[in-house]
Amino acid sequence: MQKSKANATDRRNLRNGLLFCSPLLVGLVGLTLYPVLASLYYSFCNYPMLKPPVWVGLANYKTLFADPVFYKSLANTAYYAALATPLGIITAFLLALLLNQKVKGMAVFRTMFFVPSIVPMVAGSVLWLWLLNADYGLINTILRAMHLPSALIPGWMADPKWSKPALVLMSVWGVGGWMLIYLAGLQDVPVDLHEAAEIDGASAWQRMVHITIPFMSPHLFFTLVMGFIGAAQYFTQAFVMTNGKGGPVDSTRFFSLYLFQNAFMYWKMGYACAMAWILFVVILLFTLLLFKTSARYVYYGGEK
Amino acid sequence: MKNRGGFPRVITYIALVVLGTAFTLPFFWLLSTSLKPDSRIQQWPPDIIPMLPVKVKLDGRQREVRLTPDGAKVALMERLEGGKASIKPLDGGKTKIVDGDQLKPVIRPGFQWSNYTRGLVFIPFFQQLRNTLIISIFTVIGTILSCSLVAYGLSKIDWKGRNVLFVVMLSTMMLPAQVTMIPVFAIFVKLGWVDTFLPLIVPSFLGTPFFIFLLRQFFLGIPKELSEAAKLDGCGEFGIYRRVIMPLSKPALATVGLFTFMAAWNDFMGPLIYLLDESKYTLSLGLAMFTGQYGNEYGMLMAVSAVVTIPIIVLFFFTQRTFIQGMTMSGIKG
Repeated sequence: MQKSKANATDRRNLRNGLLFCSPLLVGLVGLTLYPVLASLYYSFCNYPMLKPPVWVGLANYKTLFADPVFYKSLANTAYYAALATPLGIITAFLLALLLNQKVKGMAVFRTMFFVPSIVPMVAGSVLWLWLLNADYGLINTILRAMHLPSALIPGWMADPKWSKPALVLMSVWGVGGWMLIYLAGLQDVPVDLHEAAEIDGASAWQRMVHITIPFMSPHLFFTLVMGFIGAAQYFTQAFVMTNGKGGPVDSTRFFSLYLFQNAFMYWKMGYACAMAWILFVVILLFTLLLFKTSARYVYYGGEK
Repeated sequence: MKNRGGFPRVITYIALVVLGTAFTLPFFWLLSTSLKPDSRIQQWPPDIIPMLPVKVKLDGRQREVRLTPDGAKVALMERLEGGKASIKPLDGGKTKIVDGDQLKPVIRPGFQWSNYTRGLVFIPFFQQLRNTLIISIFTVIGTILSCSLVAYGLSKIDWKGRNVLFVVMLSTMMLPAQVTMIPVFAIFVKLGWVDTFLPLIVPSFLGTPFFIFLLRQFFLGIPKELSEAAKLDGCGEFGIYRRVIMPLSKPALATVGLFTFMAAWNDFMGPLIYLLDESKYTLSLGLAMFTGQYGNEYGMLMAVSAVVTIPIIVLFFFTQRTFIQGMTMSGIKG
């Protein structure tokens, strides 16, 4: 009697649970599981979208590994990720430290630093295209006003050497979100620890290195992973600022941009799927590497 | 108050002011450029605040005023070939022809509002605003509805397999969108949904893992006793969801709604892939396409960029608390 009642409850719960989760189940199967498998299959196919996919084995991967633009786009992406992520973290951390000093007008400064991060990406890119204009942009105007020799004034988006630093500079403007994450984290750094260290004669720098940074390391690590994944998929700004081309001279043809071009401009869907899988594997391996090594430099305080 | 971080007070303030200026300057330049006439945008040194050319009415037409090297004010009658210009002194006198380079424009502070009026007609702004709002609003409805239902199923109903489903869902968050993008596109092509809003709206009704995760954490924090009391009063699961859990979760739902709205408003790749006809463009897509075609019309570009940005900033100021809570919540829990 008791058992069958329990069974009835179990069954009702199962039915209700599946019912409530049905949107997710449909979404997972239709928009994730099937597409993942299909994408893997397409990556071994010649698939111009208008005709059905035709199996070509490893041909896409072979072509990719012989494609100089593929390597260029990988190098561009690695360059961007290696520069934008650490610079973003350092800037955001510095801003958070400054705001954490209990200064007057903190809310105003916080807003100033945060608002750029919510500017719609396309509008922000158009704005920076103008700020970075080599001849009349605000940044070069300021550099000229500082009487920098003209050989040292960057051409930004007009110069293949400077186009990626230009995008990095723009990305640093948008670090407000990370700053808020750090600011919240800084509230949890124990004050008594700081006070005890101060009494023991620790300098501000020593307290920073031995107390603040260890306590903040989970937040720093989280943004490192997110920043890396975001940089690996960097697309919108490069597309908008170069009119979808990735110029000058392919210097801003990032991996995701080249993938998009293959898929939706050249209609090489199979080729693009092969690229997507390489992207996935790279992100997965790099994230795993970060997590594996994280035990060495991430300190999870008292939290168990 | 105790100085915790250790920088001397003065240095802190100087750093904050310098950095605050650097972060704010782009906005100032956005507005300033958007209010300048074309003739004053691409020049050195730039006008800090917008300047307009001074004009006079002479011989039946508005003419720009110029300053000659000897300090006389003249009206620019006509630009001639070879950089020459015909000018006429303002205090009455004969028309002369001189080198255009020698003349300096006479300017006064003033706003060129026509960048806005022209830009908004050009892109066409109101149609794109309508498209963007339709997509954003339906996406918000879909996301809140689907994510809250699923989060309820994953937190408040005890059923076999829910933890497996939860873990599977979390693991899909690792998947870059590029992997599924092409097969999903192929599905929407087969359904005949390309060049409609459906590919941008319908997926939101099938749940977003990240928001499901956020809401599930929030629902887990609502005491069991409340659901059990409602059950004794004869509520079914859906009744508990609608009458107990949803009303108590307004702050979390507001966060989800706000973030979804912003993401839909900003989305570029989705509309770029699925919307072909210009009349269906969203603001982001429209602005990008406009930039591609008229990349040099900075006055208009800045005006349109300002109009696309301002609603989001206004939204931020009205929802600051929800916003910042959401940001930090997602950061720590993620």
